[in-house]
Amino acid sequence: MVEHRRWNDIVAYLVLTLGVLLVVFPVYVALIASTHDAATVVNGNMPMLPGGHALENYYRAIFVGGSRASREPVGHMLINSFIMAMGIALGKIFISILSAYAVVYFRFPFRKTAFWIIFITLMLPVEVRIYPTYKVIADLKMLDTYGGLILPLIASATGTLLFRQFFMTIPDELLEASRIDGAGPYRFFKDTLLPLSVTTMAALFVIQFIYGWNQYLWPLLITTQDSMQTIVTGIKKMLTTTDELAEWQLAMATAILAMLPPVAVVIFMQRLFVRGLVETEK
Amino acid sequence: MASVTLRDIRKTYPGGFDAIKGIGFDIPDGQFCVLVGPSGCGKSTLLRMVAGLETVTSGEVDIGGRVVNHVEPADRDIAMVFQNYALYPHMTVYNNMAYGLRNRGMPKDEIDSRVREAAKTLELATMLDRKPRQLSGGQRQRVAMGRAIVRQPKVFLFDEPLSNLDAKLRVAMRVEIRKLQRRLKTTSIYVTHDQLEAMTLADILVVMNGGVVEQIGSPLDIYGKPRTTFVASFIGAPPMNLIRLRDDALSAIAAGTGAGILGVRPEDLVLADAAPEGGIALDLTVETIERVGAETYLYGSRTGREATVSSTPGELPEGEMIVRIPGLEAPTIGTQIRAVAPRDKLHLFSADGRTRIES
Repeated sequence: MVEHRRWNDIVAYLVLTLGVLLVVFPVYVALIASTHDAATVVNGNMPMLPGGHALENYYRAIFVGGSRASREPVGHMLINSFIMAMGIALGKIFISILSAYAVVYFRFPFRKTAFWIIFITLMLPVEVRIYPTYKVIADLKMLDTYGGLILPLIASATGTLLFRQFFMTIPDELLEASRIDGAGPYRFFKDTLLPLSVTTMAALFVIQFIYGWNQYLWPLLITTQDSMQTIVTGIKKMLTTTDELAEWQLAMATAILAMLPPVAVVIFMQRLFVRGLVETEK
Repeated sequence: MASVTLRDIRKTYPGGFDAIKGIGFDIPDGQFCVLVGPSGCGKSTLLRMVAGLETVTSGEVDIGGRVVNHVEPADRDIAMVFQNYALYPHMTVYNNMAYGLRNRGMPKDEIDSRVREAAKTLELATMLDRKPRQLSGGQRQRVAMGRAIVRQPKVFLFDEPLSNLDAKLRVAMRVEIRKLQRRLKTTSIYVTHDQLEAMTLADILVVMNGGVVEQIGSPLDIYGKPRTTFVASFIGAPPMNLIRLRDDALSAIAAGTGAGILGVRPEDLVLADAAPEGGIALDLTVETIERVGAETYLYGSRTGREATVSSTPGELPEGEMIVRIPGLEAPTIGTQIRAVAPRDKLHLFSADGRTRIES
């Protein structure tokens, strides 16, 4: 369609704008709520303009915590979440690229079997295998550790499949040229495969970072100490109160804070994507 | 500098397909050997076995007096130029050429001087910092050549290196490859399906078909005395006219020789009224005319419709003959012409086309 009809454009923009509003409005409300004091937020008439308590709210959310003693400050949770998401993303890239390299480039007995076993893990997300996984982590004494948070979520086939598909598009001649140039398996991997995979790695990183950041059930299950909580579970805990009002303005500030790192990752990695798309060849 | 000797090479793929069915020949030091044949004849497989990229089922690959059947490609002292260039897309031109040398642990300044010299030879000196995607097809081809040259190997292997280039560039690069090889005097094996490339480049021409060698020799010997009808129709463009001999006037030529097929090249036929002493005359109806500038090809069918032997590449439909005449003057389509050829321009083959018969 090369035609440009003015009305078509207007309708298209209208629909798109509506969609954006629909998505952005709750975020906006959260942002506004995080700038008012508790009384304003709770009284039922949400103002639509920012209030004057932004600094105070964010400061309290990050460093002080809620008014009750048991409430952890969010700063620590942010760090926990960041370590977990980074660990999952980097760990996944690491084991995926290695296993894909083995499956695509090496001829060993039961290669196909190995690939299918990796493939089957796609059907077993954490939620499905949660009891056995919990048991394993508990037996390894990894409850309330970063290892316990990260390891079970690394094990799945998405990354391996992604890299396998990518490796299969690399022409065989490149491997053959490397062999003639005296590059063994390790050199070929380091000098040719890794540099060519940068964009694929960036894509996987974005997906896995957000996947790791947004984990809820698993961290909730295996972390018991407040010091090991992630921010996503933290938000929830802020709202379950028994005998007093939830501090909505702090919860909203926390929600906004929880949104920032994934957004930053997407924005930063987008540059890599575009660069990769322009530079990719063959 | 080294000679290459192949001794009864065979290749059977795991599925049981025989790609190479026993090939052996010598390439003396410094010679340019061209393997030519239609797709699927095994020429690339043979080259890749010399390179070490394919295993050898049986037989011996000997480079410079050393049997290298089980030697890694990197240790065979060869360099290869691939059809799709196989340049490392993420490395600069300089690094593409230097990579193999670095892997061998060569000192930095030695690498630098080799790369710069090769770049000068190939007119790439101003492009050393570019990446392959910023180069044209011809330039990429040169980088691939450069990567081979800097190694100063015993043997160059070329796997259809020019087939991704446009026609004009292909001719230019062909000349350059030949000049370069003459200067470096490096033994070379070159695979192509283009008989013109084969004819112009080769010291030794190896015509292959179906996993066996049809004929080995100098290009002009093969052109002048093709040993089988396959070679006759594959080498030379347009291809040789092949006529199955039956009970008619033509058979008299081959009387007593046992020949079943008569061949005559399009350029050996001339338009005339009477056949020269001992020669042949063919009565044709002109069906198509191709003017290519300096010469004109007449496609005609024989009166009486003798069928030609359908050779594997099979460029000609049954019964069609090609006559090549100089200039642009040609009879009009539909007219009757008579093409004649003297006795010494005729080729005789056995009825199965596998043997040449000298008379």
